[in-house]
Amino acid sequence: MISKCLNALDPRTGSPEVVILDEPAIDRTLTRIAHEISERNADSEGVVLIGIQRGGVRLAERLSQLLSGLWHHPVAVGSLDINMHRDDLHTQLAPEVHETRIPFDITDKTVVLVDDVLFSGRTVRAALDAMNDFGRPSRVQVAVLVDRGHRELPIKADFVGKNVPTALNERVHVCLREENGSDRVSVVRA
Amino acid sequence: MSWNRKHLLDIESLSADEINTVLDTATAFKAVGERAIKKVPALRGKTVANLFVEPSTRTRISFELAALRLTADVIQFTAEASSLKKGETLKDTARNLEALNTDIFIVRHRAAGAPHFLSRVLNASVINAGDGAHEHPTQALLDAFTIREKKGCIAGLHVTILGDILYSRVARSNIWCLTKLGAHVTLAGPSTLVPRVFEQFGCRVTHNIEDAIEGADVVNLLRIQHERQRKALFPGTAEYANLFGLNRTRLERTKPDAIIMHPGPINRGVEIDSEVADSGRSVILEQVTNGLAVRMAVLFLVNGGQGPQEVAA
Repeated sequence: MISKCLNALDPRTGSPEVVILDEPAIDRTLTRIAHEISERNADSEGVVLIGIQRGGVRLAERLSQLLSGLWHHPVAVGSLDINMHRDDLHTQLAPEVHETRIPFDITDKTVVLVDDVLFSGRTVRAALDAMNDFGRPSRVQVAVLVDRGHRELPIKADFVGKNVPTALNERVHVCLREENGSDRVSVVRA
Repeated sequence: MSWNRKHLLDIESLSADEINTVLDTATAFKAVGERAIKKVPALRGKTVANLFVEPSTRTRISFELAALRLTADVIQFTAEASSLKKGETLKDTARNLEALNTDIFIVRHRAAGAPHFLSRVLNASVINAGDGAHEHPTQALLDAFTIREKKGCIAGLHVTILGDILYSRVARSNIWCLTKLGAHVTLAGPSTLVPRVFEQFGCRVTHNIEDAIEGADVVNLLRIQHERQRKALFPGTAEYANLFGLNRTRLERTKPDAIIMHPGPINRGVEIDSEVADSGRSVILEQVTNGLAVRMAVLFLVNGGQGPQEVAA
């Protein structure tokens, strides 16, 4: 998950932060993902993007722009908060909930769910549940910037920016210029 | 984001941060009520007891629907049809409900402090739905939510609370909530119902309605709590309407975009004229809608476990 952006050293642990994607690399990666989405979906009019709060929303907006350029028509983009659908609400403090805004009908559409990091797969599971309340898409695909492994559910991404093998005690930080001023993906050992 | 409380007992002990957390959370829950499917599974498998020892319609229904919209099971408890009538104590009644594995108690009681007492003798979460003339925290939170939604921000606003302040738990909770969020609060009404001692809360106190509402951004009207008054504290409702009722002429003294609020039930022709109650300035029914969202947010927040907030995706 996104948290705050760090400088060269993690202030809490003092351990080094390893940058795995810098700004140009993130731009190239998103461009490639947009082309892959376009290649997979011949019916471009039927594709909508939904970003998962918080990290996926900005990425979905960028992919929507890139796809509009490829397809020469606007590509609808919404945001989905999955915190009311988590399966671990009883074990943790109540999470911060954000806006869900899906200003279009998703029924019979191809929904591309967008998130920053794919880890256990539980966020995607919750997103599939949450999306049920808004309609019945004909197809759901998943696009992520980073797949860090350690899946706990039978879920896989259709479009992956970068596969990053990680240890369980490492954290993946995604910084985006819309929120943090600059783009960077890094791995920090906790 | 800051919330690690198991109970919501009053506004007095909350920080501005915690109040804003409830309001932010309520924004997300308000959107749930606007969908075709108005329900989320956040409290699936949980049991909520509506323990209303003092009569209530709107707050009880609002909490009941909030719990149902979060997929909780709800036990309705009303004092009239219960063993409290047979002499059982509040503590024993609550512990019996807890023995049925109730997770959250929503408590209304005519005695101030009853929810606090229950929070000490129960393992479950307790939400105060109004205790005597002490506090009614969710009403203050929904009022603040409505003001923030209409005005964008609460700090610096002039809010006038008009009516029966002395016997009103809504007034007390509102005063705590609004002053913590930086509003300027004026209290007004008959001197018997609005004693000067309320200046100690950091409010302005006046007994002249024209003076009280001059330039107000928000006017919050309170009902006369006949049920809590032991003696006649003002001559009659007609005179009250004359001296303190909000009518169109008086409304013109407020800011042109001032909003009119009322926790309900309204007494048309007493504290508010029908013309004002039904005007575009009145947000009384929006308060009802927002009350549901705020109560969903409160149930969601107190239900949180003890672990860390942030969990890996």
